Formats: sequence, structure tokens, C-alpha cells
Amino acid sequence: MPLNIIPHQPSCASVDLQGDSSLQVEISDAVSERDKVKFTVQTKSCLPHFAQTEFSVVRQHEEFIWLHDAYVENEEYAGLIIPPAPPRPDFEASREKLQKLGEGDSSVTREEFAKMKQELEAEYLAIFKKTVAMHEVFLQRLAAHPTLRRDHNFFVFLEYGQDLSVRGKNRKELLGGFLRNIVKSADEALITGMSGLKEVDDFFEHERTFLLEYHTRIRDACLRADRVMRAHKCLADDYIPISAALSSLGTQEVNQLRTSFLKLAELFERLRKLEGRVASDEDLKLSDMLRYYMRDSQAAKDLLYRRLRALADYENANKALDKARTRNREVRPAESHQQLCCQRFERLSDSAKQELMDFKSRRVSSFRKNLIELAELELKHAKASTLILRNTLVALKGEP
Amino acid sequence: MAAEREPPPLGDGKPTDFEDLEDGEDLFTSTVSTLESSPSSPEPASLPAEDISANSNGPKPAEVVLDDDREDLFAEATEEVSLDSPEREPILSSEPSPAVTPVTPTTLIAPRIESKSMSAPVIFDRSREEIEEAANGDIFDIEIGVSDPEKVGDGMNAYMAYRVTTKTSLSMFSKSEFSVKRRFSDFLGLHSKLASKYLHVGYIVPPAPEKSIVGMTKVKVGKEDSSSTEFVEKRRAALERYLQRTVKHPTLLQDPDLRQFLESSELPRAVNTQALSGAGILRMVNKAADAVNKMTIKMNESDAWFEEKQQQFENLDQQLRKLHVSVEALVCHRKELSANTAAFAKSAAMLELLSDYIRLIAAVKGVFDHRMKCWQKWEDAQITLLKKREAEAKMMVANKPDKIQQAKNEIREEIEEWEAKVQQGERDFEQISKTIRKEVGRFEKERVKDFKTVIIKYLESLVQTQQQLIKYWEAFLPEAKAIA
Repeated sequence: MPLNIIPHQPSCASVDLQGDSSLQVEISDAVSERDKVKFTVQTKSCLPHFAQTEFSVVRQHEEFIWLHDAYVENEEYAGLIIPPAPPRPDFEASREKLQKLGEGDSSVTREEFAKMKQELEAEYLAIFKKTVAMHEVFLQRLAAHPTLRRDHNFFVFLEYGQDLSVRGKNRKELLGGFLRNIVKSADEALITGMSGLKEVDDFFEHERTFLLEYHTRIRDACLRADRVMRAHKCLADDYIPISAALSSLGTQEVNQLRTSFLKLAELFERLRKLEGRVASDEDLKLSDMLRYYMRDSQAAKDLLYRRLRALADYENANKALDKARTRNREVRPAESHQQLCCQRFERLSDSAKQELMDFKSRRVSSFRKNLIELAELELKHAKASTLILRNTLVALKGEP
Repeated sequence: MAAEREPPPLGDGKPTDFEDLEDGEDLFTSTVSTLESSPSSPEPASLPAEDISANSNGPKPAEVVLDDDREDLFAEATEEVSLDSPEREPILSSEPSPAVTPVTPTTLIAPRIESKSMSAPVIFDRSREEIEEAANGDIFDIEIGVSDPEKVGDGMNAYMAYRVTTKTSLSMFSKSEFSVKRRFSDFLGLHSKLASKYLHVGYIVPPAPEKSIVGMTKVKVGKEDSSSTEFVEKRRAALERYLQRTVKHPTLLQDPDLRQFLESSELPRAVNTQALSGAGILRMVNKAADAVNKMTIKMNESDAWFEEKQQQFENLDQQLRKLHVSVEALVCHRKELSANTAAFAKSAAMLELLSDYIRLIAAVKGVFDHRMKCWQKWEDAQITLLKKREAEAKMMVANKPDKIQQAKNEIREEIEEWEAKVQQGERDFEQISKTIRKEVGRFEKERVKDFKTVIIKYLESLVQTQQQLIKYWEAFLPEAKAIA
């Protein structure tokens, strides 16, 4: 279903971006058409290589992925944390639910049906907004990073008016990607297990252990937060039929229970809205943030891996050089190779260090902000529900 | 009403009487038993009418054949022991103690009850007053608790024993505080006895908690996990609520079986409650027959009140079921939520109340059904009477000399008998209608109270939960602020 979001929402606050006005990127519009979502990427910049100061293009999800992969494959950025790619827009679950609702359950009254439909539509909208936000954040992080923003592919992405004709990965490429991942993790295991490979820098040693642990933990937390959020949502949905049943009970009663039931029905209706809000707040502030950092920490892990790989290469180069020296053959190439490796390694290490420290501060401040906001919102909701519960209690007790 | 008072001689009763009377034709309640004065002198008048069938768990009503108005009034009055029916009292007091005291067959069937009701007449007056006061809502002083579930025995023969504690100041009990050990089948046995005595006269007997083979097997096998403890706890709570409801009913409270259940330390095992027993199968067959019957009886409802009430209860039943389903989903999700956030789920209490009421309403419907059956009997009696009268008339017209006199007499007798039955049927029908009205009124009041209490409790617990949430989040906030 075509779904436009015209007013621009401020980007998801999971990421703390340094304000830099020389290149501003945002997603000003988004349209959902059946299977695809089309994002309108708008750029405002005074940088010299752009033809205009303000321009926009239409991009699809696959093009974002293409951009991300381009960065990852670029050797120059090996020492940097590449911002994680935005997840694919997934409306499947929501669409299924909407369809099931449409097939209908005769025992559901019209009001109930309307409410449930409303809920589902709101859900659909929320998912849509989220996916837009994810894509936007990806671009904005790229734009904010001093090195990454200067990438040629990035400019092409932002400026090129035509379709980038980046088709989605076909099965072979997907399989290839999958295999590459396996190779990578095997390699990582090998390297770390390699005898003689000493981590020269305590900082990195520490970071690696930390990141590994962190990543697992955050993934768990993310799953659990998701479950909690879903449970809250189900709870809110539960209140719909309860409220309807109470209200029909109430209209049927002729005695004192009548008003009680009707009041209860009202109460549950309000509680439902509150629960729904709790669920969505938790979703935004907690789950989303956790998810984002899960992916970000994966990117950081990738960085560490690359550095480790560089270190391993360096070590190998050293050994090769020694061997060449003892044999006194092909010393020159061995030397230059070793030099290269050394340089690469050092370059990587330096930038990695910087990146990781940035990562940490970014993470900490974003967690802080979100958790505070979450706590405040939860408090607000809890107080609101206490209030309406109390009011209903007073009303109920007051009756004979 | 025929003026002759002819106590049929013992054992000489026409076999037809028995047959007609059997098959659940219980037109008097057994509160008659409280009236028993001399167990040693069973009136011959009452015996032929006894329905000494092996199935009966409780005393069956005494006479049906006595024509005396006084007898009937008195008998009826004994039913209304507890109801605040002022019109009955003057009748009772104005009658000198009747020449024939209705005697319950319990003296013959269940000697154990005998010892209890020996002192009944003395207690009767006092307790009646107390119960009447209770019915007016002044002093209803009896508290029942079900606690301490204990596993007794091992393996598949194991069972849970519950302690039933009664605290009361009612003088019909010998002590003011006492407790006994009972198992689940004892509760079911009690219910089945009460139901067989009171349901067909129009009293709403609270239904007993349901059996659960799965749950019990788990407990028997000895699985000490949270689901089996939960099951036991749920059952315990359900049994407690069941007893409390039963005891609140002024008529049922008078019942000797109930008292025995609460008081006596040894209770004969109620085997008829086993699901797969012969009695169980019989019950199922009866239920099926009843269902068929319901479909075929076309009652000519002359009383709008009943029609309206029945409709009301139908609606209520449907809606409660719907609500029950929704609340079940709520409980399920809350459990999930609590499992994920380690909080506490309280909507289960609502669920309990709803399922209780769904079953209570089924009992109410059963009562209405009995009324219908009663009516049908009456109708049948009327039809038979009509036929007999026709036969008589035909005989009058036909002119056969010799056999006529004897045939005439026979017919005459039959007619009289059927007239009596018709009258009885009519009276019973009115009686049951009256009783049901009263019961429904009481039921409604109870329902309102019950629902309100539970709802208020539930909301209060929700408030508490929210307040705890507030506390936790408030504690968390400064920590979140301190992140650096």
C-alpha cells in the first residue's frame, strides 16, 4: 500500500552525531510500494565537488547495501568502523496480521474490529518510520565521519540522478557472501589461536575481550527487550476484547453492576492505550538502541578482525623476511613486503584505536540518553495508569 | 382435595405407585430430616412412597400420598426452614404439632445421619432463627477455610488431602471451631448429594470444582515442579470458594450432609464421583437423556418473569464465556511478560471468578430445566386424568351389566388417584417456581457482591503493581543519569 511520510521526523536518536554543517544528509520522504520502499535522499552541502548546493535522489534499500559493501571492501577504510548497514524493511509480520484480521472472526464486534485494525495500522506505520530512520542514520554517520564522507561512491550515491542499477544480490552472490563470512570466522579463529601471535598492545587486547563479551550480551539483551516489548503489545491488544465484552455485559445488566461494568470497560480502554504507549516507548528507546549497538559492535569487531589480520600478515612477512635473509634470496621483495605490512598494520592500529574510543563515547552517551528517557517515560506511564486505576476504584467503591 | 385420609397400609401400596414415584420424582426436599423427632417410629404412611433406590445418596422425600392439607403445609414449611417467608410462620405456629410427623427415610437408609438429627427438633427452632437472621444479613457467622494440601499415599493411589477449617458461632454445630481432613472426591460427593436433593426443587446449588486428570496425575507421580504446585494451589482456592458459596446458602447450610462434611472426622468414601465408575457412566447417560428431553419439551410459559430471566441468563452466560476467553489470553500474556520482566501477574484472580460464575450459571440453567420437567409431569398427569375420565364416561354410557360395577370402581379409584397427582403436580410446579424466584434473587445479589469485590481487589492489585513499578523506575533514574 502506498504510504507517504511527508513531515520529516528528526532522526533516530540512537546515535550521537557531531554537528557538521558542511554536508547534511536526510531522508525527506519515503514511499512504500508493495514490495519496495523508495527513499528520497536529500543533500545540502557547500562542498566543492557537488554541482549544486541542494539536491535529492531516490534510492532503494539495495542501493544502501551496495554503498555499505563498497566501503567494507575498500582497503583504505580497513582501519575504520564502517557504520552497519540498515536492516531490510520488513512488513511481512504486520501484513500477515492485517490479512488475518481481514479474514475475520465473526465473534468480533464492529468496534473491536475497528480498534484492532487501528492498532495494526499504527504498527505498520511505526515499522515504516523505523526503517526510514535506520536508513537515515546510516547515511548521516557516513556524512559525519571525516574520512568516510570523502568517498567517491558516497558522492555518486548522493548525487547520481539515475538509478544506480544495483540489482539485489542473486543467490550465488548471497551464497558467496555467506561462505565468505564462514571463512572469515574460521580465519579469525585460526589467527587468534596461532601460536606466537602476541597482541602487542594491551589496549587492543582489552578491547577485543570486551567487545566479544559485549556483543554477545547485547544480543541477548536485545532479544529479551524484544520479547518484553512484544508482551506489552499483546497485553495492550488483549484489552480490546475485554473492554468490548465488559461493555456489552454492562449494557445488558439492569442492576448496580451495570455502571461498574461500563466503567471497567472504559478503564481497560484507557489502560490499553497506555500499555500500547509503554510498548512503543520501550521499543524505541530500548530495543532499537540495543539493536543498533549490536550491529555497531559487530562492525567494531570486524575492525578488530581486520587489524588482527594485518598483524598476522605482518608477522608472516617478518618470518618470510627472516627466511629470505637466512637463505639470502629475494631479500628485497621480502623486505618491502614486510615494510608494507608493518605500515598497514600500524596505520590500522592507530585509526582503530581512535575509532574504538569514539565508539565507546558514542555508545555511552547514547545509552545514557536513551535510558534516561526510557525511565522518565515509564514513570510517566506508570503514574498515569495509577491515576486512572485509582479514579475507577473510587467510582466503583462509591456506588452502593 | 379429597377429604379422606387413607394411609395406604404398609407394603400394600399399588406397584404403580412406586414406579410412578421413582425416577427422580422428588417433590420434597430433605430438610424434612431436620424435623425428625422419633426415629423409632417410622410412620407407615410414609414408607410406600420411599424411593429406596440404590442410587440415592441422600434421603428421599417422604409422602406423596397423604392428602391432608395440614400435612402438606407442614411438609412444605419444613423446606422453607431458612427462607424468610413470613407467611409460613403463622401457619406453622398455629398448627399444633401434627399427628403424623413426616419422617425421613434416612432413619432406614443412613443410620449415621440419624445420630445427628436426633436432637434436631430442639435445635431446629433456634437455628432457624439464626439462619433467618443470617438471611437478613445480620449475623452470618460461619467462616470456612481450605488449607494445607498434603499428599497422602504414593504412586497412582496417592491423593491430596485438604484441611477444612470451620469457625462459627452458629449453634447447630457442636463446636465453635473445628477442622477435618478431606480429599477432592469428598467434595464431589458432597456436591452430588446436595444436587440430588435440592436441584430439582429449584435451588441453585453451587457447582463443585472440576476434575483434572492431567493435573492430578502430575501430582500423584510426584513431580515437584511449579506447575503442579500451582495446580494444587488453584484447586485449594477453588475448593475454598466452593464451600464458602455453599455455606452462604441458607437452605443448604441446614443440610445434614453438609454439616457432616464439615464436622465429622471420618467420611465414607464417595466412590460414585469417580469419572469412570458405573455411577459416572449413568450420570453421563442421564445428561444425554436430559439434553434430548430439553429439545422435545415445549413448555407453555405462562410466566413472563421466567422467560425473561432465562433469556437474561443465556445472555449472561454467553458474555461471561467471551470475557473468560479474553481474560485467559490476558493472563497468558501477563505470564509471558512477567516471565520476561520478573514481575507479578494478578489477572488470574479475575479468571477464577469468571470460570466460577460460568459454572454457577450452568447450575442456574439446570434449575430452570428442572422446573420445566416438573411442569411436564404435571401436564402428563393432567392428560392421563383426562383419559381416565373419558374412559369412565364411556363406561357409563356403555351398558354392560355385570362387570360394570367393578370396572366403575376401578376407574373411579384411578381417577381419584390421578386427580390427586394433578393437584400435586400443580402444587409442585408452583412451589418450584416460587423457590426459583427466590433463589434467583439471592443469586443475583450474591453475584453483584462477588463481582464487585473481585473487581475492586483486582484493580487495587494493579495499582500496587504500578506503584512498585514507579518505585523501581525512580530508583533507576539517577543511576541512568550517572552513566559516564
